[in-house]
Amino acid sequence: MKSIWIITKRELSSIFDSLIAYFLLVLFLGFSGFFTWINGSFDIFIVGQATLQGFFFIANWSLFFFIPAITMRLLAEEKKSGTLELLLTKAITDRNVIIGKFLAALLLVCIALAFTLPYVITLASIGKIDIGGIICGYIGLVLVSASYISIGLYASSITTNQIVAFLSAIFIGLFFQIIFQVMAGSATGLLGEIFSTLNLQNHFESISRGVIDSKDIIYFASIIFLGIFLSELSISKRKIAG
Amino acid sequence: MDIKIEKLTKKYGVHRAVDNISFEVKTGEILGFLGPNGAGKTTTMKIITNYLFPDEGDVFIGGKSVIQDADSVKKHIGYLPESNPLYQDMPIIDYLSFCGLLQGISKEKVPSRVAEMVRICGINTEKHKKIGELSKGYRQRVGLAQAMIHNPDVLILDEPTSGLDPNQIVEIRKLIRELGREKTVILCTHILPEVEATCDRILIINKGKIVADGTAENLRKNSNSQETFTIKIEDGNANEIFQSLQSISTIGIVDFMDRNLNRFEVQSRPGCTSKREIFNLCVQKHWVLTELTPVETRLEDIFRDLTMN
Repeated sequence: MKSIWIITKRELSSIFDSLIAYFLLVLFLGFSGFFTWINGSFDIFIVGQATLQGFFFIANWSLFFFIPAITMRLLAEEKKSGTLELLLTKAITDRNVIIGKFLAALLLVCIALAFTLPYVITLASIGKIDIGGIICGYIGLVLVSASYISIGLYASSITTNQIVAFLSAIFIGLFFQIIFQVMAGSATGLLGEIFSTLNLQNHFESISRGVIDSKDIIYFASIIFLGIFLSELSISKRKIAG
Repeated sequence: MDIKIEKLTKKYGVHRAVDNISFEVKTGEILGFLGPNGAGKTTTMKIITNYLFPDEGDVFIGGKSVIQDADSVKKHIGYLPESNPLYQDMPIIDYLSFCGLLQGISKEKVPSRVAEMVRICGINTEKHKKIGELSKGYRQRVGLAQAMIHNPDVLILDEPTSGLDPNQIVEIRKLIRELGREKTVILCTHILPEVEATCDRILIINKGKIVADGTAENLRKNSNSQETFTIKIEDGNANEIFQSLQSISTIGIVDFMDRNLNRFEVQSRPGCTSKREIFNLCVQKHWVLTELTPVETRLEDIFRDLTMN
């Protein structure tokens, strides 16, 4: 347990030290702020309702692109420089290394989301807000982020090139973000239902509407566990293959 | 803590990188692990440190299997890989603290252990820097520090003096010898003088198999080398001395080292010794023998004999 936190702390320090964290935070908050308050069709003043639905939609998409940018370095870089080899010979399990890195990325996203809490306060001062719905929306974002982090982590574990890690994460993510939805639209019956269930947006929307259904939790939990499990498998594979 | 390698085999496809090797290293022993490139040295080190799994065989450290009990064994091992991978963007102190914490040192004890490592490895003047700003020699020292910070019973060092200047090399060798008094050390290297200077025992591996195992003395005794002397004889004509030496029955080869100074290199026939014959020859001819120095078979030659085939 303790060793997971040691990894997480180191990873976070590294991300902040390299200024990547600051860049991404500024970009994320910039995008979110701009499209929530200033311009665009989801802009609160245009919509005219005291709701953060627009923000959640924007955040969903900006996180989709920013998360691979965070995860791409988590394993690929360490594999390339050889530091992963040394790390794995220390008194820590492969699994704890993966979980530590996962948590580091998740914490960064949570920090970014925490910076948007002023939106909630501002909104509360200009209209009547549905606090339950807003909390659910944030939970949804965290779950979506966790899912994309685990996908990004896996993409980083199968290559030594950060760009390939980034693009692979986007590629896999696109299926969950759009492609399944498109396929659900053109398929009927059982196939259509399967694609519909696999589509991430459905589950995110249902949570952000204010209802946390076990079905959605299971969906996100499955992706998260699968991503982490496959990442662990990927780095453990070296033991057999060399 | 002793190390026992039992029938270790590791294959990469069809190629046997490590082929059924077995050996032991006792507590307090420094073992020099030599071999040509591609012989299987680094692969063996990676298996001992649980970075790779062997296809057959096992490694026992302090009686515990590295494969079955990896988690309890790893904290007793300190490893310095050949490539000495480091986090370039981390400050030295942060990195050493990270390594210490990871290896199980409690948070309270870490600062003092880090300070101790900085002192022992001589990185005091650079300790405020990030690793990426260090020269190769100092990076090597940081690598050594992270291997030792948790005071492991077993040290696996792969080319520890690589990239160091002659002064640093002497210091690091001294350090390894000191550590070797209580710890069990395996030292992988190409540098034969380093092996002689630091190690109690030598293991030579070639093409995945062990071809020599013993102290430097034993290896010399067992090798098929002929006795060789450097001789200096004052007075007398160089050519005459040359002929006379050649005529001694036990001598195989005579070579001029320096005609003006009458220095020769003389090699006896296999299995023969010529000390007395040379002395008696000089007495007979009234020559003054001022130098009769045995030339030790170089480890390089033994290494070459065993690995060139």
